[in-house]
Amino acid sequence: MVQKEQVVSSRDNILAKIKAIPMEQKPLPEIPDFELKLELIELFIQSIKGNKGEVIDQKQLREFLEINRFTKIIDLSKNFPDLGTLELVKDPHDLADLEVAIIKGQFGVAENGGIWLTDDNMGLRALPFITEHLVIVLEEKSLVSNMHTAYQKIGNQHSGFGLFLAGPSKTADIEQSLVIGAHGAKSLRVVFI
Amino acid sequence: MSHPAKASEFLEDSAKSKWHDETLWFVRDKRDTISKAIPEWEQLRELASGIKDNVLANLDNYLIEFEKNAKANNIHVHWAKDAEEHNQIVLSILQQHRCKAIVKSKSILTEECHLNPYLEENGVEVVDTDLGERIVQFLNQPPSHIVLPAIHLKKRDISEIFHEKLQTEKGNEDPTYLTHAARVHLREKFLGAKVAITGVNFGVAETGEFVVCTNEGNADMGVHLADVHIACMGIEKIIPRRKDLGVFLRLLARSATGQPITNYNSHFRSPSPDKEIHIVLLDNGRTEQLGREKFKNSLKCIRCGACMNTCPIYRRSGGYSYGSVVPGPIGSILSPGLDLKKHSSLPFASTLCGSCSDVCPVKINIHEQLYEWRQEITKDQGTNAKSISMKIANGIFAVPFAYKVSGAMMRGALKILPDSITYSGLNTWGKQRDLPETPKETFKEWYKKNRS
Repeated sequence: MVQKEQVVSSRDNILAKIKAIPMEQKPLPEIPDFELKLELIELFIQSIKGNKGEVIDQKQLREFLEINRFTKIIDLSKNFPDLGTLELVKDPHDLADLEVAIIKGQFGVAENGGIWLTDDNMGLRALPFITEHLVIVLEEKSLVSNMHTAYQKIGNQHSGFGLFLAGPSKTADIEQSLVIGAHGAKSLRVVFI
Repeated sequence: MSHPAKASEFLEDSAKSKWHDETLWFVRDKRDTISKAIPEWEQLRELASGIKDNVLANLDNYLIEFEKNAKANNIHVHWAKDAEEHNQIVLSILQQHRCKAIVKSKSILTEECHLNPYLEENGVEVVDTDLGERIVQFLNQPPSHIVLPAIHLKKRDISEIFHEKLQTEKGNEDPTYLTHAARVHLREKFLGAKVAITGVNFGVAETGEFVVCTNEGNADMGVHLADVHIACMGIEKIIPRRKDLGVFLRLLARSATGQPITNYNSHFRSPSPDKEIHIVLLDNGRTEQLGREKFKNSLKCIRCGACMNTCPIYRRSGGYSYGSVVPGPIGSILSPGLDLKKHSSLPFASTLCGSCSDVCPVKINIHEQLYEWRQEITKDQGTNAKSISMKIANGIFAVPFAYKVSGAMMRGALKILPDSITYSGLNTWGKQRDLPETPKETFKEWYKKNRS
């Protein structure tokens, strides 16, 4: 157990070194909510667009699935009983060929298009990343204006994993040229209900 | 090698260095536009700075609170005093799981610890999964920018290395084509890895959770497919409350790339059933920096890279010229604390224009600290060529007569100095720069003639 002793001593050592430094106390500032009375829906749609996703309606969702003849679809949203073709698996590696995942978002943030998801919405944490295309169903009335009101809404909610997802996977690492679909989902569609 | 010597190497390819300069300025410009869209921007910077002040004043308590809550969430917490201990901890976790290949998302801290070569020497294959980092890894290079790791490369360079490593078509330089080739290659690595390593953007003391931000989704692709997630975190990454994330997530991506938020902002609180999360808390000189009254504010840094994008020296000299893991203005105030001798030229790689401090989302007084480091270095090293010229200048400005005479001499000299002197090897910064046109008379002479 030599190793364990070393780990303990580094912990105590680091904490003792910090404690030994004389520090002037600085109060922790309170954070205003900076809420602006804006047209949240329009702002959210523009934010998602800026992040290279899109907001569509239910008819457009059906068209998207039909035109592309997707056959591997998991629907955890429970909003479209006829659309899912696969049940959720146990091992995320079995999702490697998944074409479309449809999940429900808890709420959206108008200022940046972020959508809050937790374990309850994802089933498997890998789902919104490994799927080729991602569809998130969101209630219009769930929108909040900014990240301060967003964290007020989250409050003490307890989830092993939480995620603000704001768009598809993207990169600009080659000469700053934007490319959609780096590792994760190649597209994000948000459907308001 | 000193910063000016390495900068001159970067400037040899003038077309590429011009592109580098303009591209980073474009990113800076995007940051300006999006920050002005938020009326409370300056208040947010003030808040972020205030929160970090409070963190630095109570760091030990917040670390204890963070550890307690993380452990209650079934997260294993490790402490490392230096890079060596950090690397040993990571390796021992890999050995426990008999893991020979890992995927790693962007982590400047693991670069700081030189984790990749350490693991490779111990028989572990390391795959960096951020596209830019994978590109530089193929080339055996470190990242040249903390947010844009391959910004020093052109698509032709990337096409060539992908042709060699990923068998892409020779000469195909299309960024979409190349990115999708990397996607296929890395997908296989994600599906095969048992352990994934990430950095940490923020650790929340109140909840014991930590947040990782990416646009590519590579951190999540790695950790959600692996059995074990190792998160490597500097002790200064702590923030007190969950709601503080609201402030920092509003500032981070806007400052970094001019976007309102990164597309993935993952909050890890406890592992999935049958999986493990480990956090390695690293000191490696941070407590020493905290003890330096003039420099402790540098620990507020959230690694957005805005100071690099705006810096006239960074843009024109490239990340490698700094020879430190974190380049640019913030690197130039962090690195001397780690090794003063090695990094003694960095605080001089600045015009002290103050643009870095102006864009810093946590209001670090970067340019003032650069100046302070210069004082420390001069004290430490005694007189050198630079300080001699500064002393001469000091004498000139102190005596009005000397100022008048030397001004006239310089106006003459600038005209007659042959290029061979101005652009000699003695003056690296003369390259790519023209001397200014000199006026025929001083302002004083002009005023006498026209106004008296």
